[in-house]
Amino acid sequence: MGQGGLKTSRENDDGVKMIITVAKPFSELLKNLERHHSVFIVGCAACATKCQTGGDEAVKRMIGELQTAGKDVRGSVVLDTPCDMRIVKRDLGRSVEAGGADALVILACGAGVQAIEKVLDHKLLYPALDPVFIGTTERIGIYHGYCGACGECLLDKTGGICPISRCAKGLVNGPCGGVVDGKCEADSTRDCAWVLIFNKLEKLGGEKTILRELIKPRSRAKRHILSKTDRERGHP
Amino acid sequence: MSKLCQKLKRNEFVITAELFPPKGTDIGNLMRRAEMIGPLVDGINVTDNQRASMRLGSIAVCRLLHEKGFPPILQMTCRDRNRIALQSDLLSAAVLGIENILVLSGDHPNIGEYKEAKGVYDIDPVQLLTAARMLEAGVDLAGKKLKGSPSFCLGAVVNPTAMPLELQILMMEKKVKAGAEFFQTQTIFDVARYRQFHDRVRGFGVRVLPGVTLLKSMEFVKFLSSLPGVTIPETVVKRIAGAADPLEEGIRICAETIRELRTFADGVHIMAIGMEEHIPRILAAANNS
Repeated sequence: MGQGGLKTSRENDDGVKMIITVAKPFSELLKNLERHHSVFIVGCAACATKCQTGGDEAVKRMIGELQTAGKDVRGSVVLDTPCDMRIVKRDLGRSVEAGGADALVILACGAGVQAIEKVLDHKLLYPALDPVFIGTTERIGIYHGYCGACGECLLDKTGGICPISRCAKGLVNGPCGGVVDGKCEADSTRDCAWVLIFNKLEKLGGEKTILRELIKPRSRAKRHILSKTDRERGHP
Repeated sequence: MSKLCQKLKRNEFVITAELFPPKGTDIGNLMRRAEMIGPLVDGINVTDNQRASMRLGSIAVCRLLHEKGFPPILQMTCRDRNRIALQSDLLSAAVLGIENILVLSGDHPNIGEYKEAKGVYDIDPVQLLTAARMLEAGVDLAGKKLKGSPSFCLGAVVNPTAMPLELQILMMEKKVKAGAEFFQTQTIFDVARYRQFHDRVRGFGVRVLPGVTLLKSMEFVKFLSSLPGVTIPETVVKRIAGAADPLEEGIRICAETIRELRTFADGVHIMAIGMEEHIPRILAAANNS
């Protein structure tokens, strides 16, 4: 495994943000692999390691489970950042070819699976994880889906609390009428983002501009364009 | 201008009620209830897939009421349609003779029959009100000109019992700014408390119709208490719990509430939730004593 600069920078980022993944049910993965006898396993040393779904330990477990299920595991690697095509090219290509497996089982998020697809487009890929959200880490196992990566950050207006990801309806002009004792109508265990925002703005003592001005409909176009540019240029 | 709108502008006491489209195509019961309440009220709200369940469409039912001469109020939520579909449906409503629109965010899919459905919420109620006013001015949200523009009487909702109240009031002011002419509220039971709210928002220049609900049984009290934003005072719960005939007691409570509201409020919005056949008796009792 490489020890490139990216890993260092991620370590500096420790506990800030990451893609949260959960393991797919093993029975579902096995069903997907029905037609394949030999497999190669790819793990992720970044986010999926921190979630304990795709690091060394998870890959070891996966090897054991697949072997017990009668699969021929030809090899495995835990990539520093499988979402980085440069890393995939440098560290994955040769080992996969050498193994000659029918299919790749990938313990990474969709960004990782698709970076691998771009590099090894002749291989059949099977994700072993379900990515669920971009997480803010409180501690291992306690993650919050605070950022929706919407392409139009509003946090300057809301006291640092995101209504797009933390209001169940993603309302940007203020709350609905469904709040009960500060909790959300969609999930009574969840705080109403707009009550949090209101209380925070009160505490900060500034103008509650976002609650007075008519906020225009969000532009989804920016996000489409950015991801298109990403694809065309290969990087943002 | 719709009759509802005219009456609102004349500052008269306005009575609206609510009907739920059926789950299916049998409109017999719905139309029977419409016949019962239609002549007694100034507008009939038709809910839009209420509680995030799948129902017969609100626009179709509004048109059926319109054909019978009963003034419909089309409820439009932001839950199931994006800005293209919502604006298109506003135009559709207009050509079908439906002018009264009530804009809501819509109960979240998570509390309904389709927990796995995508909640759209592409635009919010404030933005939908803005869009409706833009359509009236002959241009859509994309800035494109219309050939023929609609005319609406626009309403929105506010919850006078949600805390912090200041936040609900800021939201209400924003909806007024975006074009709401009238408001209907979440159901209220405490008239004195509602009066404080009424006095607080009097200066906004809009008419507010507080919601009242017929409590038919203790089971229903429990169900209602579980809904988002509904608070039933202990005194009211005790009256239903201690009544020999809870439905009769519920009718009495509802009539008393309306009678009290008549002394100061802009009107009332009756949510009988499946018990619309009792609305004539509620209104008669509210008028008589």
